[in-house]
Amino acid sequence: MSQATAAPVTTGPDGMETVESFRLRARAWLAENMPRLPEATDDVAPEGDDDAAWVRARELQRTLWDGGFAGICYPKQYGGLGLSEAHQHAFTEESLPYEMPLLLNVPTLSICAPVILDMGTEEQKLEHLPKVLRGDEVLVQFLSEPSGGSDLAGLITRADRDGDVFRINGAKTWSTSAYAADFGLCLTRTDATVPKHRGLTMFLIPTKAPGITMRRITQVNGSTEFCEEFFDDLVVPASSVVGEVNGGWTVGSRQLFHERTAVGGGSPYVSGQGARSAGTAKLDLAELARETGQGDDPRVKELVGEAYAQEKVQEALIGRIVSAVEKGQFPGPSASIIRLFHAETDQQHVDYEVAIAGSAAVTGPAGQRSAGYAGQHYLMRQGASLGGGSTEMARNIISERILGMPREHAADRDVPFNEVKRGR
Amino acid sequence: MDLDLSPDQKLFVEATRDFIDKTMPLTAVRELAKRDQGFERSWWDRGAELGWAALLIPEESGGGSVSGEGLLDLAVLAEELGRTVAPAPLLATNTVIAGLLAATDGPDHSAELEQLAAGELIGTWAVYEPGSGFTPLSPGLTANRKGETYVLDGVKDRVEVADQADLLLVTATTDEGPTQFLVPAATDGVTVTPTWSLDLVRRFGEVRFDGVEVGVDAVVGRPGAAADAVERQLQVAVVLQTAETVGAIFRVFEFTVQWAFDRYTFGRPLASYQALKHRFADMKTWAEGSAAISLAAARAVQAGSPEAATLVSSAKSYVGAKAPQIVQDCVQMHGGIGVTWEHDLHLYLRRVTVNRAMYGTPEEHRRRIADLISAEKEIA
Repeated sequence: MSQATAAPVTTGPDGMETVESFRLRARAWLAENMPRLPEATDDVAPEGDDDAAWVRARELQRTLWDGGFAGICYPKQYGGLGLSEAHQHAFTEESLPYEMPLLLNVPTLSICAPVILDMGTEEQKLEHLPKVLRGDEVLVQFLSEPSGGSDLAGLITRADRDGDVFRINGAKTWSTSAYAADFGLCLTRTDATVPKHRGLTMFLIPTKAPGITMRRITQVNGSTEFCEEFFDDLVVPASSVVGEVNGGWTVGSRQLFHERTAVGGGSPYVSGQGARSAGTAKLDLAELARETGQGDDPRVKELVGEAYAQEKVQEALIGRIVSAVEKGQFPGPSASIIRLFHAETDQQHVDYEVAIAGSAAVTGPAGQRSAGYAGQHYLMRQGASLGGGSTEMARNIISERILGMPREHAADRDVPFNEVKRGR
Repeated sequence: MDLDLSPDQKLFVEATRDFIDKTMPLTAVRELAKRDQGFERSWWDRGAELGWAALLIPEESGGGSVSGEGLLDLAVLAEELGRTVAPAPLLATNTVIAGLLAATDGPDHSAELEQLAAGELIGTWAVYEPGSGFTPLSPGLTANRKGETYVLDGVKDRVEVADQADLLLVTATTDEGPTQFLVPAATDGVTVTPTWSLDLVRRFGEVRFDGVEVGVDAVVGRPGAAADAVERQLQVAVVLQTAETVGAIFRVFEFTVQWAFDRYTFGRPLASYQALKHRFADMKTWAEGSAAISLAAARAVQAGSPEAATLVSSAKSYVGAKAPQIVQDCVQMHGGIGVTWEHDLHLYLRRVTVNRAMYGTPEEHRRRIADLISAEKEIA
């Protein structure tokens, strides 16, 4: 264990360490224990494809754990620090110059583990959360299915009770980094004779058990980060149910809330902040303008300034929405506002990368540093409005659940699921 | 749209809203539109009694804020005025006050400050010049030293409330560099000509300076050292402007959402159509983003944060551009009634369009951001 040498702990009137004391301690500890970020490399490997990167992320998480800086907002009894979002924010700011286990942020730390924390049994929390915070366990979401993404509650993977166990059959897709995960939150149908939301059950299942076949999906930028899984009589014990049997929608809704918050950039449960790898990091538009000889072009400066402003708005908006939801000033579905804003911000940035890079976005010498990424980023542009729930769904949620507008007609409302029409 | 107002600030909002409802409803704004002047002095006097020109000024100098953070109080007030597109030289006068308070190392202007705070005088920043964009630190208007006086020659235009202002804060070029002067509008050689304005009650004018002689005691701060005060004026002006714009778009959005519930077509409310719901979701998101950045900028300026300059320009870049887009979309949601004189939408569209244009366009502020961040990089 390498504890920070100099900085002392100062506590506030509530007995909690003050944010400033925590920040100073974190600063000292980070400098001594975490590796500084390497300079940008010419390596264009897509994110999360490299098994070594996962080993590395687990090691870095372990270093955080050993130093007493893992799980800042997780409760102490499950291995966390039990501190506030302000502490987490301070730590994140201090951590920016260092290599952090960013691969673990989504979905392990910011979506899956919070669901276990909110909805799991005491045994599940004690069993999994400390391992997650130690870097020993990576989690994944098994939500979307090949038959549909937005209509999550219309999923068809079944879990049938067989004595003390359940047998799971079906298929899941778009599971981020499932190949590197140990456990997955898997939403299944346990009763098809009731309307769709009432017959679902969430399981926490091992990813490397007999009965699971996993395949990696190749995306347009070459990344194979996402996976699809086929379940063929996967047997899991009843103790792996998260929440109630047939109460899976409650758990899933909580999961979607954490997902929107995480995708929007407002999760308090992350370790550090930034892109998961150099290949997906946003290009510095001012740098790109200089590199391409347009640093003084007024129209290019306008793009640079506008994108900068947009990011500042995003920061301010996340702060506003997260705080308002926490204080009950805004309803929970307001997380969809930051989810939607994230897509706008990301896509504007990519568009400006392409606009500024010009032809350098589509051709150039091998190993060219930044401009070449622009074209790669552009191919995945729509990822920002698809991943983590489409922006169309976000707009439905904002209009219906924040503005109170009438809900979209659903032909499957209150209809037993086995009587609902499905495509072929 | 600060969600965390203090109890005192909430009372202040209620009192302000009550006063505006009683004295400056939209019908009153429409009445003023027909007059030569955009507002009545007696109304501003009453506003001044409520502290509208005192919030930035320390108590010992005759001012006083609600929360201890005068600029935040002022932003709250600007937002309220934006909700009813009220007239008033709130931005103009307080920008002058901010400039005077930022440059206290020159001649004493405390008497003028007191009169501004009391509403006895109205001030405005004469910064734009014909044929130029928003370039406060390179004025063409000259001030030449002659013994114990300066002689000002040149033209300023797009001067807010020029026709009703008593004190002009003039940004000029001297041998020493950019210098600001506090010039009474009644000084010999000053000619004010009202110009047309898209806003019905927020008027502008051109001000000519033909051999205008002022004493050296008219200098604000030190000669040649106007840059810091000018930056402060710019920041305060943009903070108040974006806050006012946020008030306007939230009000427009409220009544447009209500319209979507009330208006039926094909037997269903507009609010039930997904194509329209999605546009409302976008508008809601942009409005919240506008509120968030406008408040972040106000807080940074209030705190004197090193980020204030880029945040202020970020606020203008975003709010300045998004607000007219939101209001135009709301016009679309209303249908044909939205482009009639009878409907109030155009009052708001006028105001947010004027606010987009003045004290730097979004485009000008984006270029400023690019310059600020590249300067930062050079220092680092």
